Amino acid sequence: MKRRYLLVLAAAAIGLPLAAIAAAGSPERAAILAEYATRARAADPGFSGFSMQRGEALFRGSFSGGDARTPSCMSCHTADPRQPGRNAKTGRPIDPVAVSVDPRRYTDAAQVDKHFARDCKSVLGRDCTALERGDYITFMAGQ
Amino acid sequence: MPMRLLMALAAILLAGLPAVSQAGGKQVAPVADPLTQKVCGECHLAFPPGFLPARSWSALMADLSDHFGEEIVLPAGQAAQIEAYLVSHAGDAPGGGGLREFMRWVAPTGIPRRITENPAFLREHDFPDRVWRDPKVVTRSNCLACHPGASRGWFDD
Ligand code: HEC
Ligand code: HEC
Ligand code: HEC
Repeated sequence: MKRRYLLVLAAAAIGLPLAAIAAAGSPERAAILAEYATRARAADPGFSGFSMQRGEALFRGSFSGGDARTPSCMSCHTADPRQPGRNAKTGRPIDPVAVSVDPRRYTDAAQVDKHFARDCKSVLGRDCTALERGDYITFMAGQ
Repeated sequence: MPMRLLMALAAILLAGLPAVSQAGGKQVAPVADPLTQKVCGECHLAFPPGFLPARSWSALMADLSDHFGEEIVLPAGQAAQIEAYLVSHAGDAPGGGGLREFMRWVAPTGIPRRITENPAFLREHDFPDRVWRDPKVVTRSNCLACHPGASRGWFDD
């Protein structure tokens, strides 16, 4: 309780809308989003919050800069993140990544960081920015 | 017709995948080292070290920055620990999990990086194209799609 309260204060201090905390649903996820918000603002002072729509566009987009086996996040996570996916390179099944199916998603900072770095490189040929990461989690938190 | 054969046939018809033979075969020593299991079992089956000679495992571990298009980043020391395990249990290791049939095809100077290019593998897996195009298979190296017991070293059931 106390921790959540502190996070709300921290988020308010950096100007993250309180609605974003509610959307985040867990203090751990809120902390990850708050960190990305700080970095997004540092990169662009005009940053005004994360967007579910931009997150969905990243998730559904098709890109050519990365590994030919994975032009899209959907290549492994499928078009419906509530469904199990499959690794397009190795064939290994992947559990659903939507928060409504697995509330532990996007709560372990090390796991989240590792997968953004690895998966974005695979799809886009580069890491995702803090803005893209925050948008993506915001989209997944609503799925 | 024995029950098991009937069930194997049913599996072919139902799943469209070839059923793995129920007869004969023996266990292939699975990866028993927890670190190797954790790191090398993340993206695919932690392949039993007996399928490749020691020099292949060394070559794979020396080139983690381009592992079939993946970059594998490990804390210092872990790569050496994993390599030591794989090398000491390789197909040509003395008393190791030697898979004679697979090692027979490896040229004395050859350093294969894939199990799935070994002629012994290709002969056991001479299936029609549609089998490999099954969306559950994706790639030949997806042993688990057809060998559900592969993590425990079973490739014959
Ligand atoms: C090569 C297949 C693949 C592709 C393509 C892919 N992912 Fe993933 N992703 C995975 C796997 C495997 C996991 C781990 C799932 C698990 O832990 O069960 C994962 C997990 C994640 C996680 C961490 C989820 C958690 O548990 O907190 C994030 C974040 C993520 N992916 C983002 C992305 C984004 C963004 C894209 C597109 C730019 C993408 N992924 C495309 C395979 C992929
Ligand atoms: C598309 C399905 C499929 C995939 C993928 C596959 N196998 Fe097989 N494998 C089979 C079938 C079916 C047989 C049995 C062939 C027979 O009985 O003649 C077999 C036989 C074998 C055998 C001989 C077993 C015995 O005791 O006779 C070995 C060893 C083996 N596979 C290893 C592997 C390994 C290692 C991988 C992954 C690198 C793999 N297989 C991937 C279908 C598959
Ligand atoms: C980040 C994901 C990832 C990790 C971690 C990983 N691999 Fe792989 N590995 C792959 C991919 C992708 C392939 C290529 C799959 C294909 O094309 O069939 C592959 C293929 C292989 C193959 C060849 C399979 C064949 O076709 O016979 C071997 C051997 C192998 N890996 C060993 C290892 C070892 C040893 C480790 C642990 C140090 C490891 N892998 C960790 C992604 C990974």
